Amino acid sequence: MLYINCPHCGMRSQNEFSYGGDASVKRPELNKEVSDQEWDSFVYNRKSLRGKHLELWQHISGCRQWIKVERDTATHEIFRTFKADEEVA
Amino acid sequence: MTQAFRIENGGLVNRDKKLSFKFNGKTYLGYEGDTLASALLANGVHLVGRSFKYHRPRGFFGAGVDEPYAVVQLYRNGETEPNIKATEQELFEGLEAKSVNCWPSVNFDIGAINNFLRIFLPAGFYYKTFMWPKSFWYRIYEPFIRKAAGLGVASTKHDKERYEHKYEYCDLLIAGSGPSGLAGAYAAAKNGAKVILAEDKPRFGGSLLTSDVNIGNQSGKDWAEGIIAELKTMPNVVVKNRSQIFGYYDHNMLVMSEKVSDHLPSTKKYHPNKRLWYIRAKEVLISSGSIERPIVFGNNDTPGVMLSSAAKEYLKVYGVLVGRKPLVFTNNDSGYETAIEFKKHGVDPVVLDSRKNPESEIIDEAKNLGINIKNSYVVVAAQGYKKVKSADIASISEDKKQLGKIENIQCDCICVSGFWTPTIHLASQSGNKTKFKEEIDAFVPGQSKQNEITLGAANGVFSLEETLKTSFTAGSELSKKITKNDNKIAIPNVVEKKSSQHDKFWCVPLPKGKNYKRFLDFQNDVAVSDVEIALREGYRSIEHVKRYTTLGMATDQGKTSNLNGLQLVSEIENKVVPAVGHTTFRPPYTPVSIGAIVGREVGKHSKPTRKSPMHSWHEKNNAVFVDAGVWLRPRYYKRGNENLFEASKREAKNVRTNVGVCDVTTLGKIDVKGPDAAELLNRVYTNGWLKLPVAKARYGVMLREDGIVMDDGTTTRISENHYHMTTTTAQAANVLSHLEYYLQLVWPELNVNVVSTTEQWAGAAIAGPKSRDLLQKLFPNSDVSNEGLPFMGYMEGDLFGVKARIFRISFSGELAYEVNVKSDYGNFMWEKIMEVGEEFKIQPYGTEALSTLRIEMGHVAGSELDGRTIPFDNALEGLVSKKKDFIGKRSLQRSAFIAEDRQRIVGVVPLDKQTSIPEGSHLVKDDKASLPNPKLGHISASCWSVEYDNPFSLAILKDGKNMIGQKLFAMSPLKNKVIPVEIVSSHYVDPKGERVRS
Repeated sequence: MLYINCPHCGMRSQNEFSYGGDASVKRPELNKEVSDQEWDSFVYNRKSLRGKHLELWQHISGCRQWIKVERDTATHEIFRTFKADEEVA
Repeated sequence: MTQAFRIENGGLVNRDKKLSFKFNGKTYLGYEGDTLASALLANGVHLVGRSFKYHRPRGFFGAGVDEPYAVVQLYRNGETEPNIKATEQELFEGLEAKSVNCWPSVNFDIGAINNFLRIFLPAGFYYKTFMWPKSFWYRIYEPFIRKAAGLGVASTKHDKERYEHKYEYCDLLIAGSGPSGLAGAYAAAKNGAKVILAEDKPRFGGSLLTSDVNIGNQSGKDWAEGIIAELKTMPNVVVKNRSQIFGYYDHNMLVMSEKVSDHLPSTKKYHPNKRLWYIRAKEVLISSGSIERPIVFGNNDTPGVMLSSAAKEYLKVYGVLVGRKPLVFTNNDSGYETAIEFKKHGVDPVVLDSRKNPESEIIDEAKNLGINIKNSYVVVAAQGYKKVKSADIASISEDKKQLGKIENIQCDCICVSGFWTPTIHLASQSGNKTKFKEEIDAFVPGQSKQNEITLGAANGVFSLEETLKTSFTAGSELSKKITKNDNKIAIPNVVEKKSSQHDKFWCVPLPKGKNYKRFLDFQNDVAVSDVEIALREGYRSIEHVKRYTTLGMATDQGKTSNLNGLQLVSEIENKVVPAVGHTTFRPPYTPVSIGAIVGREVGKHSKPTRKSPMHSWHEKNNAVFVDAGVWLRPRYYKRGNENLFEASKREAKNVRTNVGVCDVTTLGKIDVKGPDAAELLNRVYTNGWLKLPVAKARYGVMLREDGIVMDDGTTTRISENHYHMTTTTAQAANVLSHLEYYLQLVWPELNVNVVSTTEQWAGAAIAGPKSRDLLQKLFPNSDVSNEGLPFMGYMEGDLFGVKARIFRISFSGELAYEVNVKSDYGNFMWEKIMEVGEEFKIQPYGTEALSTLRIEMGHVAGSELDGRTIPFDNALEGLVSKKKDFIGKRSLQRSAFIAEDRQRIVGVVPLDKQTSIPEGSHLVKDDKASLPNPKLGHISASCWSVEYDNPFSLAILKDGKNMIGQKLFAMSPLKNKVIPVEIVSSHYVDPKGERVRS
């Protein structure tokens, strides 16, 4: 079970969180023309990376904040965690 | 019965307390502190089971967790448990056990014919034979294999025992209480670290219980007892016996199974049977020791052949002789330790050592005691069927290929030592890449992956002095990092005998003209010849060889067989062992009861149960409940002998003619507050929200980004910047997360807060033509007329002194209201509604009537919003704004979503107006068409229309828009029904929606 450092609450076990997928996906702006392909990529296409992955988790049984977690999908090592509005350098 | 093989004195059992127990129906005596295995051996019982494949007789091979043979069916306190290792099961008064895998009895086993057919049962036999004909698999092969194979039988009864889960955190977790574990624990504890020390056996001390060593001028055993006693007094230390750490998971999470009650005749009141510990440790010290490995020779599975360390343990811990004429077969000094113990108890062993000229202190001691030692000698084959009677032995050449003349010597047990295999399971599970250590012919942990360190025998270090030194140091260093304390501890003096190098020899060659089975894996009957076949047939990867031959599988997971299997593969393949590699070590290290894993989450505890504040009223009024997600909701209120159908029809009818009340507390409720609240709603719902005035409600549909309907509900503007959103019962949590996602990540600029208020409000839906009359009496000071509170209006009112929210919304299609009060007043509200409603013939109605009412009105719910439909499919396209953007809008342009013949909701009526259509039935054009009959749609919900008194269903039908009036068939192969039906409008009752506005 992963041990995730919630930037708001500290170290918490994985069972307090729910997974939210790739954190690098940007939703197209509202009211903007979006091509079929662009929309398709946004809704459906995700890379299944092996290695470092920036992903979203929600601290659902805690502070309910969505956070970003930099995790290795092969080793499950967690490198860094960020608040939702924090820039990932 | 006498315990003929129990020595006069010695051992750690309590000789003052005799225990009687039954094995295969026969009564025996043992002592407190025995295992089932030691007690049986004390009584001279060696035959305990039959082997898995060939049904060969099985005895005892080990004395603990590594035991491959002595697996029994245990009976305790009216319960039974399969696959219990007799070597681990502690004896208690009244224990009962039976052999497994034999019929009719262990002494006369029909399946043993497989032993003579074994030439026909080589590796991969099942894969090759039971392939065809295909139809034979279910009818013949599988039932046969199931009957013939397998170990114990699981109970089919409900398990009355209780199992607990526990979460724990510590600085240092130590797996194993041998010298390494004790030293590490002691040093860390002295530095103030929070320590958990786990030992799988009942007694602490590990190898110190059986080895002849001195630590700090005490015997190893006394030293261990002293350390444990001191650790137990320290508040920062948890010491647990009968506790097996069986899994090492991510981020230093380890799981331990504590056998709280298995050693007792019955579980004490308020105690669990087992306790599963989830332990998050900052550091882990793996001191799991090592397991002796066998040497492979002919008929080496005969009862009486066992590990020499096990023979020593039975003698030193339990005071039991495993034989009176022991033969010790060894390739290292450990065998001599066992021989010396025998000799000390007046038994004359013969030692066969495969080495030519070994010299060490231990060997000298054996020689001085006058033990008969034969160098360059091996056991070629054990003789005897149900018990070893003699052994064929021979000298062996230096290259270990040539056997000398075969001699036969009498013996009643053969104690084997093929050197030691470090127990590296936990380190490997942690992700540690193991490495092969030439000097010990075994794998040891390599570079640590997580915060784990492996020390002592588990790390391939067999010198006590070195083990203690490294472990004390590690305990200090690891704890110093955490607690910043640095209390120096003097490392005690150690007296131990030095050993000489073991012989890299593991398998005795077959003598000319003999074809003895030489077993590698004793639990699965995998012999040398089976692995040879697998390799001949082209299996190369050790993982494939394992699966083809079953080497290293089953309940012992190859604890005694893996390395010898690897040796064989490497020899045939002409590779070095590390190039062959080992199979992956996966948790659990040893079998864990399913009950322990499940814990208390069984039956109604498998999920939380949520009840509305009016629950007790429902109970008192004969409500029959149904699970709605985690909620319990009244399905109907039973009157007299009514069944579900009759009751729900009565309740629904009463709503249509008088007035009914339904508990709608379970609906999800979310408070949406902030200056941008309207903007948020405008983005998440498909329809427009910017112009909704205060005190008005609106129905809304929200989509996922892929255009599929996510949820629906009404949202009411309570005040300028405050909205009250309702969701379906099932989606409440998902909708909240959905809103939080967009607010926190996508549109953080929106100034809105959302919070769940589901539990803050109790809700009652009042529906029916007389609902306004009732409402007026409930709120005499409010103007609830059609003008004062129009359809989709909202007001606050005073319900006999309690503040209430009144919404004029309807799910039933009737004139209806929803009244909300704070949860604490829910019951009060409900009782008042029932009391005042009596003159209007009010009746409570449950979810079944609720469904009937919504289905015949054509209102969609979860069965239509099933994660596969878009607004058009549900006839909700009128709610999809063309002017503004919203979540999922772009997806609605997908070609499949705008196809001319897109599926759509319709009503379905059986032509005979009698036959109810099962939900899930498929709609087809031709009921006689050949399979697969093309499906045009499916029945999503069915009811008995109280308005028309005939069955009515909703369906999602291809090109539903143009299908009204068509005749189709509803087919339900599950219910074996074919029903001719007519397609009608989904709005079966009041299609213009006049009632709700009346």
